[in-house]
Amino acid sequence: MSLTTDLSQATPPNGKPGVGKAGARRPGSGRAGSRDEPDGSAPAPRRRSRQRRERLFQWLFLVPAVVYMALFFGYPVVKNVVMSFQDYTTATFFTGEAPWVGLANYVAVLSSSLFSTSLLNTALFTVGSILGQFVIGLALAIFFQRKFPLNGILRSLLLLPWLLPLIVSSAVWRWILDKDSGALNRFLGDLNIVDTGVPWLTSTSLALIAVVGVNIWIGIPFNLTILYGGLQEIPDELYEAGSLDGATGWKAFRHITWPMLRPVVSVVLVLGVVYTLKVLDIILGLTNGGPANSTQTIATQSYGLSFQEFKFGEGAALGNILVIISLVFAVLYLRASRRAVDE
Amino acid sequence: MTTTAASRPGPARSSGPAADRKNWGSTALAIFFLAIMLFPVYWMVNASLQPNGTTLETSWLPLKPDFTGYATAISEQGGNLGTSLVISLGSVALSLAIAAPAAYALAYFKVRGAGIVLFAILISQMIPGIVVANALYTAYNDLGLLNSIPGLILADSAHGIPFAILIIRAFMNGMPASVIEAARVDGAGHIRAFWSIVLPLSRNSLITAGLFTFLFAWSDFLFALTLTTTEAVRPVTLGIFQYIGAYVNDWSSVMATAVLASIPAIILLVAAQKYIAAGTTGGAVK
Repeated sequence: MSLTTDLSQATPPNGKPGVGKAGARRPGSGRAGSRDEPDGSAPAPRRRSRQRRERLFQWLFLVPAVVYMALFFGYPVVKNVVMSFQDYTTATFFTGEAPWVGLANYVAVLSSSLFSTSLLNTALFTVGSILGQFVIGLALAIFFQRKFPLNGILRSLLLLPWLLPLIVSSAVWRWILDKDSGALNRFLGDLNIVDTGVPWLTSTSLALIAVVGVNIWIGIPFNLTILYGGLQEIPDELYEAGSLDGATGWKAFRHITWPMLRPVVSVVLVLGVVYTLKVLDIILGLTNGGPANSTQTIATQSYGLSFQEFKFGEGAALGNILVIISLVFAVLYLRASRRAVDE
Repeated sequence: MTTTAASRPGPARSSGPAADRKNWGSTALAIFFLAIMLFPVYWMVNASLQPNGTTLETSWLPLKPDFTGYATAISEQGGNLGTSLVISLGSVALSLAIAAPAAYALAYFKVRGAGIVLFAILISQMIPGIVVANALYTAYNDLGLLNSIPGLILADSAHGIPFAILIIRAFMNGMPASVIEAARVDGAGHIRAFWSIVLPLSRNSLITAGLFTFLFAWSDFLFALTLTTTEAVRPVTLGIFQYIGAYVNDWSSVMATAVLASIPAIILLVAAQKYIAAGTTGGAVK
């Protein structure tokens, strides 16, 4: 169940002719004559060429995926780097000319007053979302370790917020958070906690908090599921041994659960960061970056530059900055996942 | 991408006879948590059943359900729902056709570079969609793929293919290699062994991957937003965005559209429970 499981585990060694797949007899596949020869006695050069054919054949299974990944992930990354050094605008689509401008796009993007706002918002959005999702997800995961009727079905129903299209969630929350007739304000009003409608999505000081809140709601199922899986893998014996030594309740969590869960925790957190950094749907759906850029993140600003202002070069430059930030966490992720597998 | 780790459907932690008592108190608490988490979903359904134009008095319960919201939704967004369906089904077909052979190769052959392919799949998850969209827009513009269903099928599969490869490969890793070897020794070629032995045996993982791929393409918003410029091809996610982009005075039709757009997720959760479990296990991130 791990991504990095050694390929060799499921594959028999194919170095030995006649046992592994590479050396298996395949009528009609070899050159004339080779088909009837016992595998072991084929002259070395012929066997090597047959192995090469075999290799080629095996690669054919992989080719479509490699081509697709190259076109839809590799090419965009390279193209984006190139575009970020060009003056790439709507005019480019007519003239086909995109003059080189060196670092001008990066200078324009980094020196704009909006960049620091976006960077700060991205950081607040990411940290706030991850913290909320993780703490609530972990609390629920621990809760669901209890044995009670309907546990499994209730836990799986909790997945629903995560399976809904993000734009659907955004639309629903926009209606719930509506200032005048949203459910949240009506609920708070009925309890006499507030007397006038709170402008959740239209106030510059509240919009980011509201967006983070919605993103926490979306992310809880993901955190719950992974952390629950991690908790399930901690052997019961550890808790039994711990309880003999007086480690129960908080002490058991502190000294048994947390250390054992650490690898899973680091994977959850870093994956969460990588996913949250690129969030676009929720913010565009809830606030469109507003009001007054108070929910503008690097991702939404990159979208705005490219697809609203048609400054594709600057949008690409900002996108690349986002990639670099993500890559830092990607390195952390790979290290974390390797550690998770080792343990 | 949306891989999640093992939610083993294994036996719950048993801790002696005390745990065997039916613990209905915890069940009640769990239902309470679930009610809070699913309130927005309830509210979506509730609001979709309110009569048009009386949004100020949305009642807490849809005592007098009114279906005009759905009528409006279907007349205005029915075509978009169809577009989404076609794109999603196309994406499932394309993703499985590309991912299944790749997963087989990664699981069974010691192909040189297999590690690099897996690494590339992992790295691909770090690439923000906006970066992909930015570059694809210019390429699609040159190739005439903007505002086209094939263009969106190709792009939306970027959500599903890496995930599908990982999930199918994880499943194939657990399949006994001897089965395939037996087929090969019996004289089956690579393609026949793959088609008539490996694929049927991997049925469950193919269904899981297909369901999630469908959901990813169905939920796609970014490519719909950036790779279409006219109303010619408009997935329902974009339709909803356009609804809420302007001042909304008819929330019941917006919510009715949202409910209709949620149907695949709900079907998946209710009817395909076992495949979801497989998906959350197989795509394990650790």
